[in-house]
Amino acid sequence: MSEVLLAAHNVTKQFPGVLANDDVSVQLRPGRILALLGENGAGKSTLVNILFGMYRPDSGDVIIKNEVVDLHGPDDAISRGIGMVHQHFQLVPPMRVVENIVLGAEPSKRGLVDLEEARNRVVELSGRYGLEIDPDALVEDLPVGMQQRVEILKALYRDADVLILDEPTGVLTPQEADHLLSVLRELTATGLGIVFITHKLREVLAIADDIVVLRNGRVVGETKPAETNESGLAEMMVGRSVVLRVEKSVAQPGDVVLAVDELEVNDDRGQIAVDRLSFEVREGEILGVAGVEGNGQRELVEAITGLRHPMAGTMRIDGEEVTNGSAREISKKGVAHIPEDREKHGVVAVYSIAENSVLNRYHRSPFSIRGVLRRDVIERHAQEVVDEFDVRTPSIAVAASSLSGGNKQKLIVGREFSDDIKLLIAAQPTRGIDIGAIEFIHRRILEQRDKGAAVLLVSAELDEILGLSDRIAVLYDGKLMDVLDAQDADRERVGLLMAGITK
Amino acid sequence: MSRSILRTIAIPLAAVVFGLLIGVVLILSQNASPATAYTALVVGGLGDADALLRTLQKATPLIFGGLAVAVAFKAGMFNIGGQGQLLVGAVFAAAVGFGIDGLPMVIHLPAALVAGAIAGAIWGGIAGALKATTGAHEVIVTIMLNFVAGNLTDWLSANPWKDNSGNNIVARTPLVEDSATIPTLGAVPVGFLLAVVVAVACWLVLERTTYGFEVRSVGHNRNAAQYSGIKVGWIMASTMAVAGMLAGLGGAVESLGVDGRFEAGVNVGLGFEGITIALLARANPLGVIPAALLVGLMEAGASRMQFKAGVAPELIDVIQALILFFVAAPIIIRWVLRMREDNSEQLRLGAGWGQS
Repeated sequence: MSEVLLAAHNVTKQFPGVLANDDVSVQLRPGRILALLGENGAGKSTLVNILFGMYRPDSGDVIIKNEVVDLHGPDDAISRGIGMVHQHFQLVPPMRVVENIVLGAEPSKRGLVDLEEARNRVVELSGRYGLEIDPDALVEDLPVGMQQRVEILKALYRDADVLILDEPTGVLTPQEADHLLSVLRELTATGLGIVFITHKLREVLAIADDIVVLRNGRVVGETKPAETNESGLAEMMVGRSVVLRVEKSVAQPGDVVLAVDELEVNDDRGQIAVDRLSFEVREGEILGVAGVEGNGQRELVEAITGLRHPMAGTMRIDGEEVTNGSAREISKKGVAHIPEDREKHGVVAVYSIAENSVLNRYHRSPFSIRGVLRRDVIERHAQEVVDEFDVRTPSIAVAASSLSGGNKQKLIVGREFSDDIKLLIAAQPTRGIDIGAIEFIHRRILEQRDKGAAVLLVSAELDEILGLSDRIAVLYDGKLMDVLDAQDADRERVGLLMAGITK
Repeated sequence: MSRSILRTIAIPLAAVVFGLLIGVVLILSQNASPATAYTALVVGGLGDADALLRTLQKATPLIFGGLAVAVAFKAGMFNIGGQGQLLVGAVFAAAVGFGIDGLPMVIHLPAALVAGAIAGAIWGGIAGALKATTGAHEVIVTIMLNFVAGNLTDWLSANPWKDNSGNNIVARTPLVEDSATIPTLGAVPVGFLLAVVVAVACWLVLERTTYGFEVRSVGHNRNAAQYSGIKVGWIMASTMAVAGMLAGLGGAVESLGVDGRFEAGVNVGLGFEGITIALLARANPLGVIPAALLVGLMEAGASRMQFKAGVAPELIDVIQALILFFVAAPIIIRWVLRMREDNSEQLRLGAGWGQS
């Protein structure tokens, strides 16, 4: 077992302005699972892209099966037995499972695709690895977990000895994720090696044989699950000790602020996305909306914030009907909104921090008077937001695009929290940002709750929902499965509801 | 600050230099002297009061046309309809100019200008309103409206508003009244001053007012604009109307200040040159002024260059096209000058293509 399946040896990769990988070495042996752990921007993706032949290292070597190789592209890596399952699936939804699996490596007979043969091989493959799947199903009809299985089969079909999985559990329910982990464990029994990229500490401890932690492009730690725990890993990732769970007091719910009744909202394709939803959020409490992404959360948030017109039902804020109110009318009621996609909705990338800091208030006094912007007031306000919300930037004159994700998010939170908030809609408030910023934003959200704001927290991170919410609503296929009190909720129970199972 | 300005104008400046340098090669290929040719060009555009007047007159509609494109750019839209907006502005301004008699200049001239501006605003506003309500792409709609405007103004000037004096057989309106004619102060046409004032006003509105903030927000990130409560549809429609108004004013100034009437076929192409100007100015309303002056100078001096150096005047069109090419493909200039990508507000050509 001295064979090395895949390794990076002293790999360095420089991008303009960033040293993405700095003398990184990792090693994967047959039958083992290597977890790459690190925050966004730590260099995990760069490293696997180098291993998969997407980038070439500036210096250092890629080693596949004890041999130094010079990869010229992903094709090169695939032909050497490296398979990759991307975070965003690379499937053709209207095509059948078998067609997706053989795509690009179709068996052919006299120049025609031999689908019969392809189907036989797929059936054989899924039997061998215990990855059952209907080869004739259309990919678009499959649940996400099954689509991921197709991706894995795609790699195995190409005789992969190494599977690289990039954040594979992000789109799964907790149960699906657990199932994936056990499937991966079984796969290693055949001698396959797996590289597993994640930022979820729990999973790393559950599955990995070896753990490599990256920070700022460097390997800052190598360990094994038995030798560490969650806070140990978090400390390695961040470089200081971190609080994984914010302290919170018992909620003091007051009057109903947001009342949603029989709300029905369509998605962009005109399909029902939110299906007659009714719930209330009271002042001084956080209602967490749990659910796998794409179960109507986005449409719900857009309807409440006035970005999308509901088809039926009503919404009231403080008893006043706002069902078809515009975004501005609703924000005037004291509603703050942390949007789920900060690049798309949250900031104007080319605008300065100062301009971004008044995106929701430029039209009001004192930021403008009779239609004329007051730059001095705006700049003073921006400086306050930057100072108070710890936005790390050289100046408020730089473009928002130059900020890191966490700092952009702090800017958005700072902007939204500059007024007294009656209702806070926080959608994926900590997605893709570093642990330090997550901690900061969680504390600020709780602070708003304690000041009496009603908070609707929508998140795909179950840990975030469980950690912050006072009550938890679970959304599945646009329907409200149940609303639980936080003390009655655990991963198991919420996870089943997220999968649409009510026992 | 001065460094960032320098970075902003580096590309257009380099594009002009590159264009002129390639022009040298083209002049040499015609067995002419580049020094003579370029000297003649400058003298023809700046040499005396007449030359200066020519340059300023040429630059005036270019400023308006450039603004019509630049302002729309700020809201993320590509206004190809400057030509049509300019034509309707020109014909309606002329109509008010010759159709009403006996008004004092302080009323008549502004009324004629406003008529042109309104006509242009309607023409641009149609495209903006269609974009906002149905998603119809402004590029397609403005191109089609150019044809409609061309035919409409041809017909108006050949039928109801035709100049029936003498044996006129040309499709043109009568001359506008003196009270609707834009005067000239020495070598400086008042129309040019108006254009400069309007350009500065555009810049102030865009950079210093809440309306301008909304326009720029829509242009840079329509989703974020919507999120912040801006009425995106209204901004798109109104910005296109303003853009059309600017082009319409350009047409009005042509009719009232340069030609003295509307004549079919005379203003063809002016609206399209606005696109060149806006690109050269990188969609900055203040940048439109020097860009228009430069192109105006080249056009004003072209005939002298032909006369003195024996160079075909089309050379000027070629140089203009080259400048435009280098501005639109700044990567070539960056490569030659080893410049880094800048983070300033970028112009994206064809922004919105493929979206609704």
